[in-house]
Amino acid sequence: MSTYFAPAFFSHLLGKCLRRKHPLLEISKLGLVVLGTFAMVWWPYLHSRDAALQVLSRLAPFERGIYEDYVANFWCTSSVLIKWKRLFPTQSLRLFSMVATILACLPSMIQQILAPSSKGFLYGLLNSSLSFYLFSFQVHEKSILLPLLPATLLAMEWPRPFKLLTHYALFSMFPLVCRDNLILPYIALYALCIFLYHPPGGRWDDSKRQGSTPLSLVSVLLTLAYLGSLVLHIVYLTVRPPERYPFLFEALIMLLSFSHFVLFAFHTNTKQWMLSGHLIGSDKGKKQH
Amino acid sequence: MLQNHPEICRHLLWFFGVAACVKLLLIPSYHSTDFEVHRHWLALTRSLPLSQWYSDETSPWTLDYPPFFAYFEYFLSFFARLVDPQIVDVHQGLNYEADTVVYFQRISVIVSDLCLVYGIYRLTRKLEAKKRVAMWILVIWSPALVIVDHMHFQYNGFLLGLLMLSISYLQDGRDVMGGFLFAVLLCFKHLFAVAGPVYFVYLLRHYCRGGLLKGLGRLAAMGTVVVAVFAAAFGPFFYHIQQVISRMFPFGRGLCHAYWAPNFWVFYIILDKGLAFLLKKFGIDIPTPAASFTGGLVGDSSPFAVLPQVTPLSTLIMVLLALSPCLVKIWKNPHPGSVARWISYAYTCGFLFGWHVHEKASLHFVIPLAIVAVQSLEDAQHYFLLSIATCYSLFPLLYEAQEYPIKVVLLLLHSMLMWFGFSAKFSKVKPPTISDNKKTRKKGSSSSSSRSGEEGEFVIGWGGKCYIIGIVIVETWGQLLHPYFLGDKLPFAPLLLISIYCGVEVVYSWVWQLKRIMAD
Repeated sequence: MSTYFAPAFFSHLLGKCLRRKHPLLEISKLGLVVLGTFAMVWWPYLHSRDAALQVLSRLAPFERGIYEDYVANFWCTSSVLIKWKRLFPTQSLRLFSMVATILACLPSMIQQILAPSSKGFLYGLLNSSLSFYLFSFQVHEKSILLPLLPATLLAMEWPRPFKLLTHYALFSMFPLVCRDNLILPYIALYALCIFLYHPPGGRWDDSKRQGSTPLSLVSVLLTLAYLGSLVLHIVYLTVRPPERYPFLFEALIMLLSFSHFVLFAFHTNTKQWMLSGHLIGSDKGKKQH
Repeated sequence: MLQNHPEICRHLLWFFGVAACVKLLLIPSYHSTDFEVHRHWLALTRSLPLSQWYSDETSPWTLDYPPFFAYFEYFLSFFARLVDPQIVDVHQGLNYEADTVVYFQRISVIVSDLCLVYGIYRLTRKLEAKKRVAMWILVIWSPALVIVDHMHFQYNGFLLGLLMLSISYLQDGRDVMGGFLFAVLLCFKHLFAVAGPVYFVYLLRHYCRGGLLKGLGRLAAMGTVVVAVFAAAFGPFFYHIQQVISRMFPFGRGLCHAYWAPNFWVFYIILDKGLAFLLKKFGIDIPTPAASFTGGLVGDSSPFAVLPQVTPLSTLIMVLLALSPCLVKIWKNPHPGSVARWISYAYTCGFLFGWHVHEKASLHFVIPLAIVAVQSLEDAQHYFLLSIATCYSLFPLLYEAQEYPIKVVLLLLHSMLMWFGFSAKFSKVKPPTISDNKKTRKKGSSSSSSRSGEEGEFVIGWGGKCYIIGIVIVETWGQLLHPYFLGDKLPFAPLLLISIYCGVEVVYSWVWQLKRIMAD
């Protein structure tokens, strides 16, 4: 699971090493530490290639297929149009997903290698885990928690996008929650989250802070989507899906969540690149946050 | 300047909302007997005619609250029947544990807590912001209330809300409303009658004054109101009044509950046992008592080996004796500002010396004391320890392992919130703000005395720190060391230890409150 964060660690540490006086020495020191730790932990299974491969195969169960259920990532959402499982064998799908994941976290990695910083590291964590979530093989809905962790650490930077992210993360897990009869804790915790976001007289008391917000197209669309997701909560619980499409509502939930995750991924990648504005030279679009 | 009322309402509702979310999360808590008791009363009041409410024998959980509570259950049963008719079936609903009844009853407690919210609103709307928020934290987020009401299941929030409303009216000087609400409260749960003498003396002195004729007129007015309330409650049961009274006061119970509440009688019993042991050592023969403390009064036999027997009447006399200094003080100077203090003192006496007291009754004096706790530094320091001790004494109520982390976390959170709230209110350096100066100019003498009480940092002395460390030790002993060293032997010993330890703090609090009232 922590491989979700591996690219960020790798790129940040590499970037840091390259800035030191003797980069090669630093890199080799790091490499030795990492390999040594792995060796210590994997020692019982390193006596033969078969044993190591067995552990790996259990850790990464590739025979389960590229996606299961209705998780809001790329493969599952696009399978509405392109039936991946039918068109390609598992081997090629593995390759696709690996390539896609690496491509997705490449921008963030490059930024960190070129200009490592603490804040950039947090963004790197967020971006790499988000790209893993979106493009990786056999992702579970619960894995949205992994991008949520660095997002929470960065929540003070952009409270409102974070609120949306939390909402859609919860929303994407809603079918799972319903299946486990956890609807009441879902509602109670969601309400508690909203309460904590609006403490009396707090800084994030939107009514005091905003005043008159310019209604851009983006914010209107986002609000509509938010209201739509609320309606979908109720529809999912009460209405029975049509016979032809028994998983219609799950698919709708997945579609909404996925679109917002992608938007969020673009947003955070841009923010990470804006941290090192001097690298890209010209302005990359002045966005109001 | 004080915030306007809609904003205060909004803030208060925020507190209630956060508490309600936590309470919703606690819905799957253990299913206590009180749950079945209230479910049966829902069924009883819905399905049977009025005349049979107090004489029905279908279930061992007979109706032992006064009629207003029965009417309340009747009101709730309308909604219960809409949710699930089996809840209100007297026979089919026995020990019904389906999701519908659990959700319905727990949500009804959460909603009825709005009464407490309203009572607190009336009490705090004129206070300054820090005191107000501190009181909200102490009452609306009270862990004892959450443990007793929302995990164990009772309707204390609602009843305490009525008490708070009554106190708020008395503090405002509206005595008739205060008396009326207290009478209503008595008809909901007669256990609140312990504060009756305080109300009686206070209203007599404060309301019924201004010459003989006017005083008598006012007395008559007050009396009429109270009699009217009681008539509304007990009127429909006029022909069965004997049965109602016998159900409301079940004297078959013993001096102590199965788990001994941390009151005075714990020490009395320990003293008795200790003396019996010592006297036996000295060769004097003491017959071992046949009766037990938790069982009923069996004829003449006393459960006490050495010390004199305790009867319900003697406990009543002791409660009244303990109350008498306070009553004398009220007679001399009935001013509205100390009403909360006197009422809490009354309930403390009732808790310490009463017959068959549950540890849940500690709520009756801890919650009203919160009104007093924000008034001065000493009050806050006293309340800090008392609140922790009484909340800790409620721990044995939740005996299942799944609730253990919850109750510990609730107590810890509460202690931290109290600490921060009180420290923010009583800080060493109080920077004079414009609003403070305005208030001192307006209020005059009362604020200057309160300012002198408010100075000083909120710290806990060595005694307090030792006491809190002692709680940790007692808990470690009960949970870890006792099962490790003694296994299954003496299973009541940890509970007894908790009782005694909290009893020490309650007795200390009683003495402290008495001294404070006398010094007022």
